[in-house]
Amino acid sequence: MRKLLPLLAVVALVSASAVAQSSSEPVPPKEMKWSFDGVFGTYDRGALQRGFQIYKEVCSSCHSLNMVAFHDLAGPGGPGFTELQAKAIAAGYKIPAEPNERGEITDERGNRLTRPGVLADHFPQPFPNEQAARANNGGALPPDLSLIIKARNGGADYVYSILTGFTETPPHGFAVMSGKYYNPYFAGRNISMPPPLKRGSVSFADGTPASVSNEAKAVVTFLAWASEPQLEARHRIGFEVLAFLLLLAGLLFLAYRKVWHDKH
Amino acid sequence: MAEHSSYVPGSGLTRWLDQRLPIIRLVNDSFVSFPTPRNLNFWYTFGGVLTFMLAIQIVTGIVLAMHYVPNSEMAFLSVEQRIMREVNYGWLIRYLHSNGASMFFLAVYIHMFRGLYYGSYKSPREVLWILGVFIYLLMVMTAFFGYVLPWGQMSFWGATVITSLFSALDQLVPHLGTSITTWLWGGFAVDDATLNRFFSLHYLMPFVIAGVVGLHIWALHVPGNNNPLGIDVKGPQDMVPFHPYYTVKDGFFLVLFIIVFLSFVFYAPNFFGNPDNYIQANPMVTPTDIVPEWYLLPFYAMLRSVPQKLLGVLVMGGALVSLLFLPWLDSSKVRSCRFRPLMKQLFWIFAADCVLLGFCGSQTADASWTIAGAQLPLVWIARLGTLFYFAFFWVLMPWIGKIEVTRPLPESIAQSVLGDGE
Repeated sequence: MRKLLPLLAVVALVSASAVAQSSSEPVPPKEMKWSFDGVFGTYDRGALQRGFQIYKEVCSSCHSLNMVAFHDLAGPGGPGFTELQAKAIAAGYKIPAEPNERGEITDERGNRLTRPGVLADHFPQPFPNEQAARANNGGALPPDLSLIIKARNGGADYVYSILTGFTETPPHGFAVMSGKYYNPYFAGRNISMPPPLKRGSVSFADGTPASVSNEAKAVVTFLAWASEPQLEARHRIGFEVLAFLLLLAGLLFLAYRKVWHDKH
Repeated sequence: MAEHSSYVPGSGLTRWLDQRLPIIRLVNDSFVSFPTPRNLNFWYTFGGVLTFMLAIQIVTGIVLAMHYVPNSEMAFLSVEQRIMREVNYGWLIRYLHSNGASMFFLAVYIHMFRGLYYGSYKSPREVLWILGVFIYLLMVMTAFFGYVLPWGQMSFWGATVITSLFSALDQLVPHLGTSITTWLWGGFAVDDATLNRFFSLHYLMPFVIAGVVGLHIWALHVPGNNNPLGIDVKGPQDMVPFHPYYTVKDGFFLVLFIIVFLSFVFYAPNFFGNPDNYIQANPMVTPTDIVPEWYLLPFYAMLRSVPQKLLGVLVMGGALVSLLFLPWLDSSKVRSCRFRPLMKQLFWIFAADCVLLGFCGSQTADASWTIAGAQLPLVWIARLGTLFYFAFFWVLMPWIGKIEVTRPLPESIAQSVLGDGE
């Protein structure tokens, strides 16, 4: 009987997947309005700071943010922390230390030596390597979030939909695999990430109600900035450059008319 | 055309230089006093646009190469972290370069279709056309090598798919294709050695392109420009000096083109890109759909439409090689489609066919259209499209030229432009 169980499970899985075939296609992401959309789009500073809080208190326990440095938090076009605030944030993180004067990187009990972070450091990784990350997450690898908004079809809308898409109940006959969660926006609809955001998972310093959708909006804004930290400069310079070029085009058109007036 | 040089050295120094190296005379005769048909329209400005884009790609590329690290462990980070976040204005240079590639191809396709429409490949400009086809082939190779360099998922898997095409030769001679593929890779998979050689070649090829562009302009300046009427120039009344007439006209249209280009760079820099390329290359994870950049999609559709691998590769190569024979496949005496009613329709059907093939290439291999309740697999649309592509060059063009009744050609360019014989 023991040996039959896995066989039965396979049969059940195959028949279930035959039913689920049509319902495992992901649902198109929700269409949202973002502060950083459009020609004059900028990041909502409040959302960036709230989003940073969510990354720090929720996401960072599994997801790295390798390409972002602490000084970026105080940089132009970013969350708008002061340099002192960014220094304090960095100092709150434990960074794997450089070898000490005896050339050691571990203490006598074999633990990795650490030091407080400084502005030049990047966000530390939650796991020392891919194997450790997988071992802690049921075999799945939580992706690095530095580029996540640009690395997914649908961008910010997609990540928002994933974060808020856990409430929906699977259609009748859909098999949610063991250790996975139903999320209709995810390819295959079985996602390894447990629902990360709950009402009140964080308490926002600015008094914004900590609803799931507010939390998701904030962290998506923060991740959009992490993916594209130069967006505000890009939008501003682009406007100046294009305004200049339109003027130049106008002048060139007048010159063209003048030069050609008796030739056609 | 340029046998009578109008250059007169203005000073003792330029006279001295002119007798030793007449370079100012060359520039003057080629780009200042060069006699040009007076009726060139908007579509003739893309030669200038392309020269500009080549310069943009070389200049931005040289700066990117200063910060890029061609190493399979570090390439992705050197682009996404160093260039995009740490280098001053690195994001701007990178987006100029990546969108510049798309704009370069947009311009070259307009330039090629313009040549096709006005019969610019016909005698005496066959060599000019063939050199252009070579430039296009070099551009395709350069773009392919360049796309691999950021070492994202699509870089890696695109490189794997394209280089593996050579393994189809195994069907002719056992191990021949596999040996070539291994030789191209410098190993048994796309890896560090592949990335390094692609970087080297990507840096080399633009200068080869620049050389062939020099030949292309030389071959243009011997017979002179074709024009929208497709008739030969009869005398000075048909022409104007290049400067100021075409410098100002090309300049105006170039600025319009730059406005389009920079609108993408500043407001939709990832419009032409694939999100998968923001994920670092991972040989253990194949993306669900491997698609090339938009400018190669029609050829990708042709490749996929043939179920046999070697034949598919030959069809794709044949589509490119067919372009080289165009001057001799067109049997018509008249150049411009303005006076060729049948060819004009055929031209637009051909253009639509290329767009359709591009669309087929962008869809998944098993995609289908539902028309009036019937399922029509896209691969069959691509097959018909491929068939038409080849029929256009090898059957319709030779045939149409023989049966077509062309409209009467105007006396001269001047008469056509001014409405009378002046």
